[in-house]
Amino acid sequence: MTQLDARGLSCPEPVILIRKAMAGKEPRYEMVVDNPVSRENVTRYAEHQGYRVTVTEEQGEYKLVMTK
Amino acid sequence: MNGKKEKISIILAGLCIGVISIALVLLGNPANMGFCIACFLRDISGALGLHQAAAVQYIRPEIPGLVLGSFLVSFVTREFSPRGGSSPMLRFVLGFFVMIGCLMFLGCPFRMILRLAGGDGNALFGLAGFAAGILCGVFFLNRGYSLKRTYRQPVLDGSAMPILQLALLALLIAAPVFIRFTETGGGPGGSHAPLIASLIAGLLVGALAQRTRLCMVGGIRDVALFREWKLLMGFSAILVSALAVSLLTGKFSPGFQGQPVTHTDGLWNALGMLLAGFGCVLLGGCPLRQLVLSGEGNADSAVAVLGLAAGAAFAHNFGLASSADGPTANGKIAVVIGIVAVAGIAIVNTFTKREEKA
Repeated sequence: MTQLDARGLSCPEPVILIRKAMAGKEPRYEMVVDNPVSRENVTRYAEHQGYRVTVTEEQGEYKLVMTK
Repeated sequence: MNGKKEKISIILAGLCIGVISIALVLLGNPANMGFCIACFLRDISGALGLHQAAAVQYIRPEIPGLVLGSFLVSFVTREFSPRGGSSPMLRFVLGFFVMIGCLMFLGCPFRMILRLAGGDGNALFGLAGFAAGILCGVFFLNRGYSLKRTYRQPVLDGSAMPILQLALLALLIAAPVFIRFTETGGGPGGSHAPLIASLIAGLLVGALAQRTRLCMVGGIRDVALFREWKLLMGFSAILVSALAVSLLTGKFSPGFQGQPVTHTDGLWNALGMLLAGFGCVLLGGCPLRQLVLSGEGNADSAVAVLGLAAGAAFAHNFGLASSADGPTANGKIAVVIGIVAVAGIAIVNTFTKREEKA
């Protein structure tokens, strides 16, 4: 499982991070982002790649768990 | 989190924004300039006396409208979030040179769409340069380009830009003698829609752009990076609706010569927009998007907007901005310097050692 910290990074950097990580085709990734735009964009990208995404919000930060 | 719903909303928003832009022209804004962020920031710089070009001085209420529209929506949806600290000075420099590129072409990416919709063939050269500039930016993004992380800031830091917009509106309404306005017939600055119409248009476009994350540079960028079409659909929807309204209202006139507030130098139209597209990708969004983000509390984007305004002032103080007669020699030198500077920022922020992970 790969864990990524994309807090403070703005669009499109978090999506580039997850795209690079997903090249490894692991079954599970976790990423923390801190803005709704990154949450939306990373979710959309992961779903396109066939991952199921669950999001939990805590104090303005979003934890995305992506599983296949 | 529904992809299809997101696409439908951005298409609808794009269609509305296209109509609003042409409506502003019908209400008095300069032709093919219904909503141009670069032109409007330049006019505001002029009105504040930061440059002396008498033809382009007016406090365009569309700009305060945009920022406040984004601020109000983000406040209601609780997305307002004061942030900053991600290379603010480099963002200023990038904003500055994006404006130099825009004023070589005579319009921001938004006006490029409106010029295309009005039948202005010169904008095709701009579009080609713009796409090339975006691909330059994508090249560096793919290799790890970053302006580094942003951090939470005090509420007042994130609110400064929206508050500044209220001050601009106050200056527009009070019109003290030290604020300069182009006289009617004295140039593009003298053509404007009624204050209320412009302000409402700005608020609407700001709200729509905030909700949909609309960005002119993001469209081509995201297709190149991820085969993601959402933002390009918004871009295309503006073009389609502005074109349709232009045709319906008889404002469409295809050709290259005599297009309103443009010049016909294809090479420099392309190079100007190459600089703008490249710089915008490095900033993370087009001038419209920077304004919207500044309304959401992003102090880095606010600094980029100040860079844009400073670029406009320099462009007119040093004869860098093009006119209907074509580009100037100084403007060409400035665009070349801009491309070198922007490429330098891209290289340094891509290939220097990564920040330590916290």
